[in-house]
Amino acid sequence: MSYIAKPVARHPALKRNALGLTMRDYEGVMSTLCAGCGHDSVTAAFVQAFFELGTEPHRVAKMSGIGCSSKTPAYFLGGAHGFNSVHGRMPSVATGANAANRDVTTVGVSGDGDSLSIGLGQFCHAVRRNVDMLYILENNGVYGLTKGQFSASSDLGSKSKRGVANEHQPIDAVTLAITLGASFVARSFSGDKEQLVPLMKAGLTHRGFAFIDVISPCVTFNDHEGSTKSYVHTREHGHEVVATDFVPLRSEITAAYPEGGVRDVLLHDGSAIRLRKVAEDYEPADRVEALKFLGGAQARGEIATGLLYLAEEGRDMHVLERTTANPLAQLPFERLCPGGEALADIQREWR
Amino acid sequence: MSRNGGPLRPNDFAIKIGTVNGTGSASANSLLLQALFRVGVPVSGKNIFPSNIQGLPTWYEIRVSGDGYAARSPEVDISVAMNPESYSRDIAEVRQGGWILHDSTRPLETRLLREDATFLGVPLARMCLEHFEGARTRILMKNIAYVGALVALLDIEIEVVHGMIEEKFGTKPHLIEANFKALALGRDHALEHLPCPLPIRVSRLDATRDHVIVTGNTAAALGCLYAGATVGAWYPITPATSLMDAFTAFCRRFRVDPETGERDYLVLQAEDELAAAGMVIGASWMGARAFTPTSGPGISLMSEFIGFAYYGEVPAVFFDVQRTGPSTGMPTRTQQGDLLLCAYASHGDTKHIALYPADPAECFDFAVRAFDLADRFQTPVFVVSDLDIGMNDWMIPELGWDDDFRPDRGKVLDAEELAKLDRFHRYLDSDGDGIPYRTLPGVDAKGAYFTRGAGHDRYGGYTEDSDAYRDVVDRIARKVDSAADAVPAPYFRLAGGAHEASRSSTARFGIVSVGGCHWAVLEALDVLEARGHQIDYMRVRGFPFSDEVSDFIDARELLFVVEQNRDAQLRSLLLLETGCAAEKLRPVLDYGGQPLARNTVVDAVEEFVRKEPSGSREAVPRSGDPVPDSADPVPIAPEPVQTSSLSNPAP
Repeated sequence: MSYIAKPVARHPALKRNALGLTMRDYEGVMSTLCAGCGHDSVTAAFVQAFFELGTEPHRVAKMSGIGCSSKTPAYFLGGAHGFNSVHGRMPSVATGANAANRDVTTVGVSGDGDSLSIGLGQFCHAVRRNVDMLYILENNGVYGLTKGQFSASSDLGSKSKRGVANEHQPIDAVTLAITLGASFVARSFSGDKEQLVPLMKAGLTHRGFAFIDVISPCVTFNDHEGSTKSYVHTREHGHEVVATDFVPLRSEITAAYPEGGVRDVLLHDGSAIRLRKVAEDYEPADRVEALKFLGGAQARGEIATGLLYLAEEGRDMHVLERTTANPLAQLPFERLCPGGEALADIQREWR
Repeated sequence: MSRNGGPLRPNDFAIKIGTVNGTGSASANSLLLQALFRVGVPVSGKNIFPSNIQGLPTWYEIRVSGDGYAARSPEVDISVAMNPESYSRDIAEVRQGGWILHDSTRPLETRLLREDATFLGVPLARMCLEHFEGARTRILMKNIAYVGALVALLDIEIEVVHGMIEEKFGTKPHLIEANFKALALGRDHALEHLPCPLPIRVSRLDATRDHVIVTGNTAAALGCLYAGATVGAWYPITPATSLMDAFTAFCRRFRVDPETGERDYLVLQAEDELAAAGMVIGASWMGARAFTPTSGPGISLMSEFIGFAYYGEVPAVFFDVQRTGPSTGMPTRTQQGDLLLCAYASHGDTKHIALYPADPAECFDFAVRAFDLADRFQTPVFVVSDLDIGMNDWMIPELGWDDDFRPDRGKVLDAEELAKLDRFHRYLDSDGDGIPYRTLPGVDAKGAYFTRGAGHDRYGGYTEDSDAYRDVVDRIARKVDSAADAVPAPYFRLAGGAHEASRSSTARFGIVSVGGCHWAVLEALDVLEARGHQIDYMRVRGFPFSDEVSDFIDARELLFVVEQNRDAQLRSLLLLETGCAAEKLRPVLDYGGQPLARNTVVDAVEEFVRKEPSGSREAVPRSGDPVPDSADPVPIAPEPVQTSSLSNPAP
């Protein structure tokens, strides 16, 4: 979260997107996280996802709480406003920001301490409210900034750097989000950009609360043998159950899971999420089945990844609240203030 | 003298109605209040209710004052004792020579009887049993029947009450009929069997023209509507709930597109007060006008975010409708216990702009101003009201609105203005007034910056550098202090009636007060003046304090600081912020949870004056005043005067 400027030199051959911007235009300031931190890979995935979507950087609001994870919004999209709020309270600030301007894309970046301990309540209620945002949980199972305490997502038996095994039940953010009614729930791995970038693009385009739990190893405090959030463990135990592609321009309608197990889910702007089942017995559109499958995978020590649950686009906060299509922050005062005559009318009832 | 004893007191009495909560007495009581208002007599109504839904004692006090006094009456003239559970208390509370209207269906226990008060029995339950069907109807109609008895006893024009019932139930003739019948039952019985009218009675005046009756929370909500607030976030809490209820109701009326049903507002019922504060700050940061109504416990929870908004310089409007603390305290009782909390909420060095309304008229006005101040100074602003102001019925002059009013959104750069800059930096003091320029998300990449509660320099960058850190916090301190001249100026009333602070005064003593204490102080001043005391008065209406506040204190020998909390919080604020001598400020405290009455102030001042060294007598009482001689010099010391705990009945 520093303001160390990066050199502005650009290679003339850098690829440009539809807006004429290069990947460099989607970067932020230099990261101050540890070399090899999973969070920096998430940052890189953000840069690529926004570049490929062709988003205007200033049309995004980057929200975060406190912790290593919450520093990451400084490292991508330098042209977007960022809000590094207080610990565990990013969801409420994001809710307010989105309430005030539904046209600005809201992105929240959080960690397992921020979302599953101090901020568990706010996380749950942002899901319930179906705030239209992409919520990334950079999950490393450890408190890094305070030097290695277990977090609420530390798995049973996972060992700390000193070799102590965790004896508390973990909170699984993915099953929690599905249980609470989130319409877009995914899990990915910071080391798997090919999976993460399309998920991010799909989540950014999805209307409503899109949640991605990203296993993002902490190289300093939780990347040793015995940890279930290390690079090695995640690579060995990760199983992609649903492969996801983001299809920006929809050209054909594909039937639900024909041969090859591919299904397209249409998004509100005409783009689509293309799901390809890898695990035969997995059904990401069925909440009960998804939870059952995930429970089984968890018991086997497998980390199920991919777009694990996707419902038809639900009614987001603005739809539920019947808010005007115009951003509230931009409504002219003349439209908001009823004026002197109305005030006299109101007061006639107070006599 | 009237024929049933005691001097005639038209338009000057207090009624206290004791009922059971959840039995529908509230609408009967407001019918009575409104009837009095409509015959042109100034009234105020105070609801003394339990923190409970149904079944516990509840009271409604109506003060009728031809002179327009709005403070709680120091005594009860007529008690309407409708709740056997609170009979003993309700009967004991009536002044000597007063009256007790009770349901005589069952005889009162003899232990309750008093020699020095008159009992007025009306068989309300029996009459309603005979004339109405159904338990619920009988209970409701019993309430209307006691109103009928009061109409006769107090000589209220029955046509006015009939008119209001017709207005209320216009489309439901059977309800009009039932209410008329219940009214007649009580009235006819009283006319026939009781000494109507009593010496305390109503006589038509023309003193309520161009006035309205409203609660502070409703007026504050209206202020939010008129200020152009579009996002409200809150967590339900007594006594602030009715503010958001009213805002939502106003929005439904004025902010919904009649064709599409689309709303030009968003009210978020948050999971707790922490989230409510976060939502307000997020929405304000995004450029909407946003607010949250809460009470003390909510402010405690919001404090971390309040510090964030202070340091990150995000506008946000907080309404603290104070109730009795600490902790859960007495949720349905009033207090001014959050003055210090609001002034310095959050850890670290902070100071916040606060506005202190005294009645619903100021709730409306200050709500509108709060949004302007928050935008202009880019900082949290508190409107510090209380349960008495917020939830009770006040008569105020009709609110006005200037259609040329446009909000002050402060220094916000749009895309065009940004284009003219080489680079934008969030926290530069470009104008030398301590107020930086801000930008809104979604406007232009050039305006992008990072809002953070972590250490930052004037460019908005993260810092752990001492000088860069101090540079920003020192500027913020300057900025907030400069708001002293932008907050509402103090109210002054100098001995002799002048209202200008600059007017020289010969009074040695002053009273300083805040918020709803105002009305009791004004009344006390009239009493004290009539008894020959010369006292100047200042009511602070905004924080940080302007120079006028310290000038007023400096120019007087001793000041009584009248407020409703145990620890003299206003006094502490004055000491901290004006640097005046502690011995100059003498606390007058009332913190039992009831609205202030004039006697607390009168007694405190007179008790002090009585003990005054004789050498300093000449400026105070005139000859003939009942001030006993006292040669004992008593040092001027800030020893609290707590008359309230003695004179106020415990709830």
